[in-house]
Amino acid sequence: METLKAILIPVAIVGGISLLFGILLAVASRVFSVKRDERIDKIKNCLPGANCGGCGYAGCDALAEAIVKGEASPVKCSASSAENLKPIFAIMGIKEEAHVRMRAQVMCSGTGELSKRKYRYEGAHDCVAAAKLGGGDRVCPNGCVGLGTCAARCPFGAIKIIDRVAVVDYDQCRGCGVCVSACPKHLITLIPYDSKHWVGCKSVDKGPITKSYCDVGCISCRLCEKNCPVGAISVNDFVASIDNAKCIGCDICVQKCPRKIIWSADSQDGHLVIRREFLKPDPKI
Amino acid sequence: MTMILNMLTIFISVALVGNYVFSETLGICPFLGVSSKPSTALGMGLAVTFVITISNAVTFCVFHYLLKGYEYLQTVAFILIIASLVQLIEMMLKKMLPSLYQSLGIYLPLITTNCAVLGAANNAIGNDLCNGNFILSTTYGFSAAVGFTIAIVIFAGVRSKIDNADIPKYFRGVPITLVAAGIVAMVFNGLLGGIKLG
Repeated sequence: METLKAILIPVAIVGGISLLFGILLAVASRVFSVKRDERIDKIKNCLPGANCGGCGYAGCDALAEAIVKGEASPVKCSASSAENLKPIFAIMGIKEEAHVRMRAQVMCSGTGELSKRKYRYEGAHDCVAAAKLGGGDRVCPNGCVGLGTCAARCPFGAIKIIDRVAVVDYDQCRGCGVCVSACPKHLITLIPYDSKHWVGCKSVDKGPITKSYCDVGCISCRLCEKNCPVGAISVNDFVASIDNAKCIGCDICVQKCPRKIIWSADSQDGHLVIRREFLKPDPKI
Repeated sequence: MTMILNMLTIFISVALVGNYVFSETLGICPFLGVSSKPSTALGMGLAVTFVITISNAVTFCVFHYLLKGYEYLQTVAFILIIASLVQLIEMMLKKMLPSLYQSLGIYLPLITTNCAVLGAANNAIGNDLCNGNFILSTTYGFSAAVGFTIAIVIFAGVRSKIDNADIPKYFRGVPITLVAAGIVAMVFNGLLGGIKLG
């Protein structure tokens, strides 16, 4: 009898505590239940789930909530293709909106030895840290630092450093814009995915100065501006820029540019491909 | 007055001198796991503070009123209480303070397996300073948690420096983290001898 008592009472105590807390938790789950719109989870499953923050919200979950509340449009998610966004419009029962796919473009052509270096950098492997040390190891104040802070930040693994310049893999890039804010040199721009031409330089130095340190810098000769049939190119602050809305992709600027820094990309079997490898500029110019 | 003095003694001896991470080696798992960024470390520290303070208050009552004569059930009962409490607190926060719930994120359920919680509850029962007093036992839990927070935040700061340091190849990652933890612990042990616990 004593043994039985010694077993049963502790069992009763522990069992009682568990039962008490079990009931407490059951009641609490009722009392503290939070009603969550089931559409939030459905929409979340349609979003890429990379939590890149390109939409301006804290993550995919936050955007899904904002969409359900009607605060945001599904097209805010620049990382989704128009195809992926369709079910979201269906879930919300709203009219579809046009979705322009964007891509990141690194505006620097100074690969390898084409652009001069002023010192040998051996610090932390991070562009922001390097840029704080005399503006980075390039003489050019606006060139790609090439340590891959954008590549490390890209939630889709779309950027690689090739020969000291960041290069975007257009198939992987979803245009979220994380790299745009990561680059200490502000070299990366979001342009419409099907843009054909872009100027691979952001140097704002005058022509002769740019020429002194880089073989592939814009010298603001204005040949592209003068020859463009639709007036899509303008040269401001000693660097050319192309208005992608006006550009018709006629290729004249690519041929006219003496520094060969106007790049061109074509769509091949649904993939965007840079049409030519980088050409050496004419040393006489 | 004696009460306030006792509370202060407990706070200094548990939070600083007998720091749970550095002296008692409790709560090492989250200390190493969640200390990569100061902001998340602070979040984890706050969540732990919250849970340990409440769990100490509840375990005190259970030990002194329910487990009379069956003290050997202490560990089983405490584990049960802590696990349910974490669940309950999670539900309450979700409903009442959603912003805090979101900033604590996954750290809240992780606390269930944090041995510092059980350690604080157990030690508060057996501690002479607490003397079977409810307020002092709760203070003990709160102080232990504050000590844990101090430790994890300081160490997160150290680790953010390590990230930018040029470390020999074979020391990168876990080895240098453990070496740094040892050095920080030694610094904390410099406080020993100031006040002796009970």
